Amino acid sequence: MALETRVYQKERTIKFGALLKASLKDMYHSRFLARQLAERDIKAMYRQSYLGIIWAFITPIATAAVWIFLNSSGTINLSDTGIPYPVYAFSGTLIWSIIVAAINSPMQGTQAAKGILTKINFPKEALLLSGVYKLLFDSAIKIFLLILFVFIYGVGFHWSLLLFPIAILGAIIFGTTVGLFLTPMGLLYNDIGKIITFGMQFLMYVTPVVYAIPKEGIMKTLMLWNPITPIVLTARDLVVGFTPVHLTYFAIVLMGCIPLLFLGLIIYRLSIPIIVERLSA
Amino acid sequence: MSDKNKMTSNTQEILVKVEGLSKKFCKELKTSLWYGVKDLVSGVRGSSEERELRPKEFWAVKDINFELRRGECLGLIGHNGAGKSTLLKILNGLINPDAGKVTIKGRVGALIELGAGFNPILSGRENIYNNGAILGFSRKEIDSKLEEIIAFAELEEFIDMPVQHYSSGMKVRLGFAVAAQMEPDVLIIDEVLAVGDLGFILKCFKTIDTILPHTAVIFVSHNMPMVSRICNQVILMERGENKFQGEDVSRGIDYYYNTFLTSEDSNVVYTDNSLELIDASVKGVTPINNVYSVKWGETVVLNFNIKNFSLTKAPYISLAVYDKEQRAVAEIYPEGQQLNKIVIDEEISFSFVLKNIYLSKGIYHITFNASEKAAFNVNYKIHKAITLKIDHEKQMWTPFLLDSEVINRIK
Repeated sequence: MALETRVYQKERTIKFGALLKASLKDMYHSRFLARQLAERDIKAMYRQSYLGIIWAFITPIATAAVWIFLNSSGTINLSDTGIPYPVYAFSGTLIWSIIVAAINSPMQGTQAAKGILTKINFPKEALLLSGVYKLLFDSAIKIFLLILFVFIYGVGFHWSLLLFPIAILGAIIFGTTVGLFLTPMGLLYNDIGKIITFGMQFLMYVTPVVYAIPKEGIMKTLMLWNPITPIVLTARDLVVGFTPVHLTYFAIVLMGCIPLLFLGLIIYRLSIPIIVERLSA
Repeated sequence: MSDKNKMTSNTQEILVKVEGLSKKFCKELKTSLWYGVKDLVSGVRGSSEERELRPKEFWAVKDINFELRRGECLGLIGHNGAGKSTLLKILNGLINPDAGKVTIKGRVGALIELGAGFNPILSGRENIYNNGAILGFSRKEIDSKLEEIIAFAELEEFIDMPVQHYSSGMKVRLGFAVAAQMEPDVLIIDEVLAVGDLGFILKCFKTIDTILPHTAVIFVSHNMPMVSRICNQVILMERGENKFQGEDVSRGIDYYYNTFLTSEDSNVVYTDNSLELIDASVKGVTPINNVYSVKWGETVVLNFNIKNFSLTKAPYISLAVYDKEQRAVAEIYPEGQQLNKIVIDEEISFSFVLKNIYLSKGIYHITFNASEKAAFNVNYKIHKAITLKIDHEKQMWTPFLLDSEVINRIK
């Protein structure tokens, strides 16, 4: 049997096709490792905590509660959303929290694995895949909760609800793509992570998370240009049974994400050795 | 093609080939991170330039070349920070070289960190799966090897306990037990086996011994007896560069020890200021770099000159012999010392004959000790008063080579 040969050298000819193929191959072959890592992190997280699963959705619930209170107490006056406001606010914050988690996932996953990255050679793509697994797990809980909410507030069942997971998948793909591009720099400088946390807080206000797109004005333009808008709106429309108005935009964003995701994977693969060299934990 | 493969897949096949390998590192964190950003950009764009050192950079590994075949073991030795671990990281594919090329054939196993991927909250059993997955095993493989791993680690009783309650030795044992299941073609071993009790270390080396014959091993260690036992070639690294390379392992190890000799000064460990050693020498031998060469089995005379400050009675002199790893090897209590009256502020000389020195080849230091009586009330003690180099053609790892010969003839 011929042995697999590896060559490590400075001079590399960068062929995107070959790199992408290698990256996807490694990702496929590291399914077990990715699952193992995801399982490990999830188990460890819940084993050392009494509230466990609650932490997954405490932030979106709290944010939604604040807005529901602001609205119902008349502190602020929001335009009509067409559905009970609690459902609107809660679906918005939940979907938003999924996107934020997805953006943070590649960087946090890689950062957490710093210790083994500098010592053991394993397919790094497993870290990304395990991040996606963890996101899916978290999202499943959130979706379940959201559906519960929808029924409590009497919005009722719509067949479009079955498509909702696909919209969430879109949210995860979008978030992971964005996160993937930020990861190499974010591993070198802690600033990137802080900027993400900081920036996402503001970004939420130009996304129809807790209030609808205004009829006119600068806010409308900002919200419509924001690529997260179609994701949040489409997902919410599917839950409450509206016809998604931004479906085309949603499709365009997702289609744009696929090649970018691949590019992100290639950059990730190329940058890990360079980053490991600088980390040396 | 397949015929040719069969031909070469015996012990002759070269598994690791390293050509002109170099790696630079940066001394400062902020600059290092900034270079990292630049490297990211050039790495993604695929430029092949900038082989020069940038400001604040140095060569951590410079121009290393070697070939390693199946069944061979290369020892990497050198001081801390000589570039050994960096070289291992490149060989393991964790970081890219800045110049040169590494070609590795076959499955690479690395014993650099044991128990990677362990989560302290989870049980030993769960962590076997985590660690195994990172080392590249499939679930099925781990399932089938689980019992063996637990047995090897001798942790049957504690396997379902969270790893955070394990002792450090237990963690290492579990990590090694998983790693020992690898069947690599190329094995990279860094100083990981230093932890754990003696019984376990012996077990580790027994395992490595069974892996050795059909694997190419690269072994980093500061344990020279171990290097001389398992390696058949060595590279001595110093500041990233190759100082010695070859199959003469004992010579490489000698060079390694000699690098420590240059800064060897004798040092006073204790004095009550009653006397001082002024001069110590071996009669009739001219020292080279303060080292006296003596042939094995020779009889020598050691001369010591002391200056007496406040003693009224001659001190009792005893000597101790230490080897190059600072292990005490022998003691010398010269017979017939007469502790006569002596005059303050005068020099006194002592000469001792050392008969038939059967120390084995190598470097030894002699500690000079002056006390009121044998092993009582020390006045003065100095390490490395004399450094001896024993010459003999045989290299060995025990401190003594006793004089012997055959007395019965086989008919």
